[in-house]
Amino acid sequence: MSKAGDRTAYTVTLSDVSAGYGGEPKIRRITLTLQPGRITVLIGPNGAGKSTILRTIAGELPASAGAVLIGSAPVASIPGRELARRVSVTTTERPDTGYMTCFDVAAAGRYPYTGAFGRLSAEDREKVAEALRTVRAEEISGRLFMEVSDGQKQNVLLARAICQETPVMLLDEPASYLDIRSKLSLLGALSAHARRYGTCVVLSMHETDLAERIADFAVCVKDGEILSSGVPAEIFRQEIIEPLYGLPEGSYDPLSGTCEFRGAEGKPELFLISSGGRGVPVMRELQRRGIPFAAGILFENDADLPYAKRLAAKVFTAAPFRDIPEETAAAALDAMEACGRVITTEDPENAPVQAQVASLIRAAEDRGILKSMEELW
Amino acid sequence: MTLPEHGQLKAPAGAEGNGRGRTPVPFFACVSLTLAFMMAFSVGSGSVRILPGEILRILLSGGDGSAASDIVLLIRAPRVLSAAVFGGALALSGYLLQIFFGNPIAGPFVLGISSGAKTAVALVMIVLLGSYRQVPSAVLVLAAFAGSAAATGFIILVSRRVRHMASLLVAGIMSGYLCSAVTEFLITFADDADIVNLHAWSEGSFAGMTMDGVKTGALICGAGFLLSVLLAKPIGAYQMGERYARSVGVNIRFFRAALILVSGMLSACVTAFAGPVSFIGIAVPFLTRRILKTQEPLVLIPAVVLAGAAACVACDLIARTAFAPLELYIGTVTSLFGAPVVIFMLVTRRREAG
Repeated sequence: MSKAGDRTAYTVTLSDVSAGYGGEPKIRRITLTLQPGRITVLIGPNGAGKSTILRTIAGELPASAGAVLIGSAPVASIPGRELARRVSVTTTERPDTGYMTCFDVAAAGRYPYTGAFGRLSAEDREKVAEALRTVRAEEISGRLFMEVSDGQKQNVLLARAICQETPVMLLDEPASYLDIRSKLSLLGALSAHARRYGTCVVLSMHETDLAERIADFAVCVKDGEILSSGVPAEIFRQEIIEPLYGLPEGSYDPLSGTCEFRGAEGKPELFLISSGGRGVPVMRELQRRGIPFAAGILFENDADLPYAKRLAAKVFTAAPFRDIPEETAAAALDAMEACGRVITTEDPENAPVQAQVASLIRAAEDRGILKSMEELW
Repeated sequence: MTLPEHGQLKAPAGAEGNGRGRTPVPFFACVSLTLAFMMAFSVGSGSVRILPGEILRILLSGGDGSAASDIVLLIRAPRVLSAAVFGGALALSGYLLQIFFGNPIAGPFVLGISSGAKTAVALVMIVLLGSYRQVPSAVLVLAAFAGSAAATGFIILVSRRVRHMASLLVAGIMSGYLCSAVTEFLITFADDADIVNLHAWSEGSFAGMTMDGVKTGALICGAGFLLSVLLAKPIGAYQMGERYARSVGVNIRFFRAALILVSGMLSACVTAFAGPVSFIGIAVPFLTRRILKTQEPLVLIPAVVLAGAAACVACDLIARTAFAPLELYIGTVTSLFGAPVVIFMLVTRRREAG
C-alpha cells in the first residue's frame, strides 16, 4: 500500500452538470474547468448552489446529468479509497468529537493511507505534525478539539485536509464565522499550501473582499447557474457583483471589495470639505446619523471621491492637476451657503491645501458657518 | 498573507502526540480484577456457601456429582458467566448504536430495540410452547433479531424525520411501551403453565441459564465483538460525522448497515436469552469514555465489553443476594443504577459537549 499522497496534477472538469436533492435540480448545466495550482473561489448569494457544486465534485451527490471528471476519470467511477486520495473535503460542520484532540482530528486525514485498524505509523504522525505546523496549530495539537476556538478548529480541519495529501481540495465556506485575523491566517496557510504543491483548490466564500484577494479564478453562482467566471480583475466589478447579489446600484465598491450603505438622500444640510481619505469616517458618521450632505471640491483622483459618490447627496468634482473652473467653485460656494453648516478635515494653517479649496474654507469661516467636529456631534 | 496564530512558534515537548487520553492499562487491570473477584464471589455465595478452594476444585475436576458441584456447574456458573457475556454484549451494542446515531444517549433499551426483541420472543414462545415442550434457543435468537430489526427500522425512520435527539428518545421510549403492552397482553391471555417463566423473562433475568445457552450466547457475542473490532477504523472516522467519513473513503452505506446489524445481533442475542436488561448499553459506554477520556475505538471496544461484563455481574450479584432468599429482577437493579446515569448525562450534556 503506497503511503505517499497522489501528487499528480488533476484538472477537475464539469461539463453540463445538473444535480440536486429529490426531483428538482439545485444546480443546472454547470460547465467549469478547475485548473491545478489555482485557487478557484465560488461566490454568490446564500442558497445559490455553491455547496451543491462542491458536493457534486466530491462525489457526495451524483450528477443527474452531465459529467464530473477528476483528471480523466468520472468521479462516480473512482472507488472510495482512491477518491479519498485525490479529493479532500472541508465543510462548515463542527463535529462533536468528544475526547479527540486536535492532533486526532487532523490525523483523520491519514485514513486513506493507514492499515486495517487505522494505526498511525511514525511517517503518518510526522505528516500530521507537519500539516499542523503549516496551519500554525502545532501548539494546540494536544488540546481537545471541542475546547479550542472556531478559528483554531477550522485550522485543524484544514490541517486534516492537508495531511490527506490530495491534489484536489474542496472547502465549503472555510472562513465563515471566523474573526478577521483567523480568516487571514487560514486563507494564508491554504494559499501557501496550494502554491507549494500545485493543488487544485475550490472554495466557496461569502466575503467578496477576501475572495478577490485569494482567488486566482472566480466563479459567480446564482440560482443554480453560473452567471460569469474569470480572473478576479474581470469579476470583482460593480456591474458583475451588484446583480449577482441583487445589490442596489452603486453599493458595491470594487476598491475595497465590500459594500457601502447608501447615504441619506434629500436636500444637503451640511457641506464637507475633505481630501485624501480623511473625509471617509466623517461621511460614514453622517450616513449613520441620516444627515444628507454635500461634499467638495474633490479632485477626480482623490481617495475620498468613491465614498463621497456613494454617501453624499451632492458632490462637486474637478479634474486633477489643474485649477478648479470658476463655475465649479461658484456652485460649491452657493451650495455651501445653502447648507448653512460646513465641516472640514483640512487644516490650511499646517498642511498645504489647494488654493481654491482653501478660499472656500476661508469663506465659510468669514460667514461664521464653519463648525468643528465637536460642535457637530 | 500569513499571520502567526500564536506568539511563539516553538512547540512544547511532546505536543504532537495524541497522548491526551489516559493510558488504558490501569483501567483494564482494575476492571478485570474486579470482574474476576465478583464472579468468584457470586459463584460462592447463596443459600449454600461454597468456598473459593472448593469452587476451584470443582471447576478443575469437571464435577463429581456432589450437591456442591451441581450447584456450581449447573446453576451458578452458567448464571454468572451469562451475566458477564451478555453484560459485555449489551454495553458493546449500546456503544455501536451511539456511533450510529452520533449521540451518547442511545442504547438498545432506551430506543425500544430491546422491547421489540422482547415482543417477538414472547410471540414465538407462546405460539411454539403450545405445540412443543421446548423452544430451541436458535429460534429465540432469530425471533429476537427479527423483533429488534423491526424496532431499529422504526427508530431509523423516525431519526430521519426528527433531528432532535430528545424527540428520538421519546419515540424510542414510546415504541418500547407499545411493545411491552403487546407483550403483557400476550402473556395475560396465554394460559400455559410455562408462560409463568415468560413473565420473569420479560423483566430480565439470568436465572435458569444453562451451560449450553452460555456457549451459544458466547459464540454469537464473540462474533459480534470480532466484527466490531474489524469496524474500529471506520468507527474512528465516522465519529467526525458522515461527510468527513465519506471524504476519507468510508463506504457509508455499507458501514452503517454493518454497524446496525452487529449492534442488533448483540442486543437480540441478550434479549433472547435473558430478556431486556435496561440501561447497561447506555450507562457503561458513557462512564467508560469518561474514565478513559478517549474516543479511540480500539481502546473503547474492549474496555466497554469488560466494563459491561463487570457491571452486569455486579447487578446480578445484587439482584440475587441483596434481599435473599427473595430475588430481584436484573432489570430492576440495572435501572436503579443506570437511570440516574442517563439523567446525569442529559443534565450535563451541554457542558460535556463544550
